[in-house]
Amino acid sequence: MSQIRLQRHWIYGLIIFLCFAIPFIDRSAYHQEVLTTAGIYILLALGLNIIVGYAGLLNLGYAAFFAIGAYTYASLNLAWHVPFWVAIPIAFVVTSIFGFLVGLPVLRVKGDYLAIVTLGFGEIVRIIFNNLEITGGPNGLLGIAHPTLFYPVWNNGLAWARLDFGVQSFPYYYLVLVFVIFVAYFSLRLDRSKLGRAWIAVREDEVAAGCMGIPVARVKLAAFAVGSSIAGIAGTIYAAKQGTVTPDSFDFILSVMILAMVVLGGLGSVFGVILGGLVLSILPELLREFSIYRMLIFGLVMILMMIFRPQGFLGNVRRKYELTSRRKYF
Amino acid sequence: MELFFQQLINGLTIGTIYALIALGYTMVYGIIQLINFAHGEVFMVGAYIGLTVIMFLGFTAAANLPLALLYLALILLISMIVCGLLGILIDQIAYRPIRNSPRLVALISAIGVSFVLQNVVMLIYGPQDKGLPQIFPDIKFIFGEVTITLMQILIFAVSLVLMVLLHFLVQNTQIGRAMRATAQDHKMARLVGINVNGIISLTFFIGSSMAAVGGVLFGLYYHTINFHDGYLAGLKAFTAAVLGGIGNIPGAMVGGILIGLAEGFGAGYISSEWKNVFAFVILVVILLLKPTGLFGERISDRA
Repeated sequence: MSQIRLQRHWIYGLIIFLCFAIPFIDRSAYHQEVLTTAGIYILLALGLNIIVGYAGLLNLGYAAFFAIGAYTYASLNLAWHVPFWVAIPIAFVVTSIFGFLVGLPVLRVKGDYLAIVTLGFGEIVRIIFNNLEITGGPNGLLGIAHPTLFYPVWNNGLAWARLDFGVQSFPYYYLVLVFVIFVAYFSLRLDRSKLGRAWIAVREDEVAAGCMGIPVARVKLAAFAVGSSIAGIAGTIYAAKQGTVTPDSFDFILSVMILAMVVLGGLGSVFGVILGGLVLSILPELLREFSIYRMLIFGLVMILMMIFRPQGFLGNVRRKYELTSRRKYF
Repeated sequence: MELFFQQLINGLTIGTIYALIALGYTMVYGIIQLINFAHGEVFMVGAYIGLTVIMFLGFTAAANLPLALLYLALILLISMIVCGLLGILIDQIAYRPIRNSPRLVALISAIGVSFVLQNVVMLIYGPQDKGLPQIFPDIKFIFGEVTITLMQILIFAVSLVLMVLLHFLVQNTQIGRAMRATAQDHKMARLVGINVNGIISLTFFIGSSMAAVGGVLFGLYYHTINFHDGYLAGLKAFTAAVLGGIGNIPGAMVGGILIGLAEGFGAGYISSEWKNVFAFVILVVILLLKPTGLFGERISDRA
């Protein structure tokens, strides 16, 4: 047993090492750019996975939290020049509060009604950003500062060097990579934690879970708050990288894309979700020539996956039984 | 006061169109507890079929009213049949194989269907807005400051007739009884000799053809359609279905009209930029305060 665990750690280590080494092996800025974008999607997918995969609460308005994160950094930075590194924890807190508030309906509605409430919320948020003056209306906010990083160097004594992220690709690549690793690790740990086990119980049978003394409402709200806050981080990184945010980048299609990454990758499976995020964000780049067929292919894949492999690429056994059984999952 | 009546008329017009779409949502949900996410796209396909019929048969502005009505009947009939069959096809391909799967699976599949339909239409007709020619004589009824167009009266009349017919079909015929029985319990319906799969197909046919009528009327009313139109109209119609109590057919009609009115008055009195937000706010509020809707007897989750 310990032999297997040891090998696993080596494999994870190797994968992480390779991820860090990619920019040195492949110097193409375009590839780094694609991978960075993929990384932001993976962050979102990991966050949504906590809500949908772990707790079994269907959320169709997840892009709204991404938007809230992005706009939080954008407006803080434009109004008070709040630097990126300070904005990250603020966005984290703000989005988790919003996640909590949006999660409140879970106390009243379930299943696909919850999906619709979240969808409605997502649209409301987008329309608000689209119409408010302080968020720049349909033009969005421009001129958001890129992050800067100070790091120590040895130059005849300790000195601080400054790295402007600017419009380069590699600093964002590493930034996103670090966050993906952190969130993935956090998700894996969370899955095995007391809260994670409570989510499984609530997901599989809410009444039974309640009878066993699990505070169902609180556990569900926790899923919403935790899952949403990850979107807040992703949003901050996105805003910092792009330098602009516009309301139409946070539409329903984005929410569905993220959900598709989670579902195709494997609900509740961290590695599945990472794979799903990678595939669905790199595939469109490879299919650039067929870009008009992209969404068509995408739709067909969604239908076919649901018919033939509802547990996703790397779904785990427990979810497989839940998803292919005749019992209602949501 | 003019503004009030004008927005009342506009709201009623768009509301009846939402009501037509909402019927499909509510019927399908009533029978298989599926939010048919692709239903809004069926509405959009209906509008495009209407456009195709107009183009294919070379309809231009009709000289007199009877001829115009004949045109309209023909367009509606073809669009209803095509979309009805499309509805059955969608069910057969995307929903039937996963009938017993959890709802999430069906919901994702439905979103997939929605993407497929949108993009097929986009590939055939192009991504730009498509204009529909004026086929009705431009008759307006003017009461002081308030204008009612012939088209608005027709939309109202056609929808009303169809809704009454549908209500009669569901409440007073053998088929309707079979539909209601299937909605209550598939297994028991099958035991008493009802062809459950046939009834489900029929439900998809009727619901989709109602959406097609909505689509054609929408296209003729606004004179322009786009492959994106189905999503927003579908969501609002879904809101209408929820507002009326999902699974409840008269509820969907009332809900549609209420949503239309809310939108009309909201656009008139508050701001037209916020027009689309009202439906969503109503949706969220209704789901939070009274998930069963105005007339719904169903509980929000039967799982």
